[in-house]
Amino acid sequence: MNINIFFLLEQLLNGVQFGVMLFLISAGLTLVFGIMNLINLAHGVLYMLGAYICASVIQASGSFLVGVAAAIVGSLAAGIVIELVTFRPLYRRTHLDQVLVTFGLTLFFNELVRIIWGPTALYAAVPAALSGQIDILPGAPYPTYRLVIIGTGILAAVFLYALVSYTRIGMLIRAGASNRVMVEALGVNIKLLYTFIFGLGAALAALAGALAGPILAIESGMGNGMLILALVVIVIGGIGSIRGAFIASILVGTVDTLGRTMLRPLFATFLSQATADQAGPAIASMLIYLLMAFILFFRPQGLFPPRIR
Amino acid sequence: MNGKLLAALSALCLMSSTSYGADTVKIGLITTLSGPGGVMGRNHRDGANLALEQLGGKIGNLKGEIIYADDEQKPDVGRQAAEQMVKQDKVDFVTGVIFSNVLLALYRPVIDSGAIMVGASGGPHEVAGEMCSPNFFSASWQNDQAPEAMGKYMTDQKIQSVFLMAPNFAAGRDMLAGFKRYYKGKIVAELYTNLNQPDYQAELSQIRFAKPKAVFVFYPGGLGIQFIKQYAQAGLQKDFPLYSVYTQNETTLPAIGAAANGNFETGFWSPDLKNPANVAFVKAFRAKYGYMPADYAASSYDAVNLIDSAVKAVNGDLSDKKGMIAAIKQAKIHSVRGDLKFNNNHFPIENFYLFKIVKAADGSYIRKEESVVLANHGDSYASKCPMK
Repeated sequence: MNINIFFLLEQLLNGVQFGVMLFLISAGLTLVFGIMNLINLAHGVLYMLGAYICASVIQASGSFLVGVAAAIVGSLAAGIVIELVTFRPLYRRTHLDQVLVTFGLTLFFNELVRIIWGPTALYAAVPAALSGQIDILPGAPYPTYRLVIIGTGILAAVFLYALVSYTRIGMLIRAGASNRVMVEALGVNIKLLYTFIFGLGAALAALAGALAGPILAIESGMGNGMLILALVVIVIGGIGSIRGAFIASILVGTVDTLGRTMLRPLFATFLSQATADQAGPAIASMLIYLLMAFILFFRPQGLFPPRIR
Repeated sequence: MNGKLLAALSALCLMSSTSYGADTVKIGLITTLSGPGGVMGRNHRDGANLALEQLGGKIGNLKGEIIYADDEQKPDVGRQAAEQMVKQDKVDFVTGVIFSNVLLALYRPVIDSGAIMVGASGGPHEVAGEMCSPNFFSASWQNDQAPEAMGKYMTDQKIQSVFLMAPNFAAGRDMLAGFKRYYKGKIVAELYTNLNQPDYQAELSQIRFAKPKAVFVFYPGGLGIQFIKQYAQAGLQKDFPLYSVYTQNETTLPAIGAAANGNFETGFWSPDLKNPANVAFVKAFRAKYGYMPADYAASSYDAVNLIDSAVKAVNGDLSDKKGMIAAIKQAKIHSVRGDLKFNNNHFPIENFYLFKIVKAADGSYIRKEESVVLANHGDSYASKCPMK
């Protein structure tokens, strides 16, 4: 296979697109884990709910934007209810209890969407205005919709950065990540802050789900695979760090994409084609876990761990 | 005293179970009802139900009962369901099974139990060859057959180079092997993706840079919907015509619509086939279920009718397995595919057609019959099956 620079650039772009999707999911997960010290295995559920709500509302209203807005609002509401009902009593419990409860929630919601929307997958259409391609590189038209995903993801990252760095809420979030007890002692309603953070994470995951709808199959359990990748991302990025989550997302996205497309031809240059056909995809599928092990070996706290606890 | 009571009780149990077994024919239907493969499993279920209903709820003059199980597209779940069906439910027949990897997992437990299996989709080469069994029939196809037809067609069309893609599992490898057996042009690349990979953008970029004359894929059910939508979104359609098997059919066309217009697919059946049995079947199916049946509904419908013909031939004596197997081998049904014969390995000898995706009068997209590419085509593994 002939590898040229444009091919490489396009694959990098594919990796970044995958990366920003991962970021939207990981951002909420890392905040909840880092600040509330809560392991939330049910985070993938909010991604799935976003996709389902968006697809249903698009079908009913015919408008993609209304669908995305409904997905965000709907998942935000679901997230707040989940936080109030199940998480409040969990903050003081051990991580094992949290894992059990949130895993149970995942099973519950996966079954609930089967009951509501049926077991077969749903499919949403790409809005007509975004269904074309744009020539970003000579001779390499790129799907407009995927560029929109990249743009939305970067906007969300900028918004989060500004929120955390320059607003009062952001200051409380940072303070909460460093020392929860002190923040509470200073008279801040930490419970309200937790609910807000959880809702924010839910809304971002729902946005990712809504954006993924027109590309992927919307089905029960679609969040499970993404949750595993998001956990890899937050561990690499440093738990609790938005900046870490962003950089780790892009890193994981590009490494995975390049591994899938480059390893096979790369191996073929020094191994036989048959061996390369076998080894390429096999190693590609474990590449991000190798990356995680490699990074943790040198930086056990991840790339950007928040200071002190 | 106790011993006598026990003996009497067990005799009673034995009697009741045999009497139950004698007036009800139980068919276990294992298929994929959830996830992206669910669109295909629904076809299996509805096709079998329609056949049973048209037979007046009877299989060979006995009461017919279909027991369903969802294999969730997982080999271990399918195997568990099969074991429960043959051991606890004591089904007489097993049918269904979309995915070849699921079939391979449950094949042994079903065959070893003595039940007769009439598969209605996946036909992995192992089962057609060395692993063949008198108790197994395929009412559908051997995996290599349809791609062989496409390989021949694309060679005849002098399409000089092709890029191959399929999911990395039993059927995916069979499909590409079948294609390569009959295609004489240049194979630019042969790419296998993870079975449940949702996003193909990275692979689509590879196609554009490889510049083949055409692309041939196998992405069944929901995988196909994702693949073809992304193919169209990437703008590949106009430069690289797409050819496929079990990908662009009535399960996926409602969702992909115009993205597939003008593409080609080969297969053993389409709702467009004009034989009288098929015209009646498609009409009845649409009237009852409100959607267009696909290959899986047709093979499932035929499978139940084959089972019915077997039970009729032995006058309801379900213990006469030999007699039932001989009767199925005769294929004395009005198959919706037209002519159907069974090979020595109990896989079908049937026509493989070229279909073109076109817009129908009602605005929906259908597979229109273009020509017969391979007539009365047997599979390539029959000679490896020791059965005569």
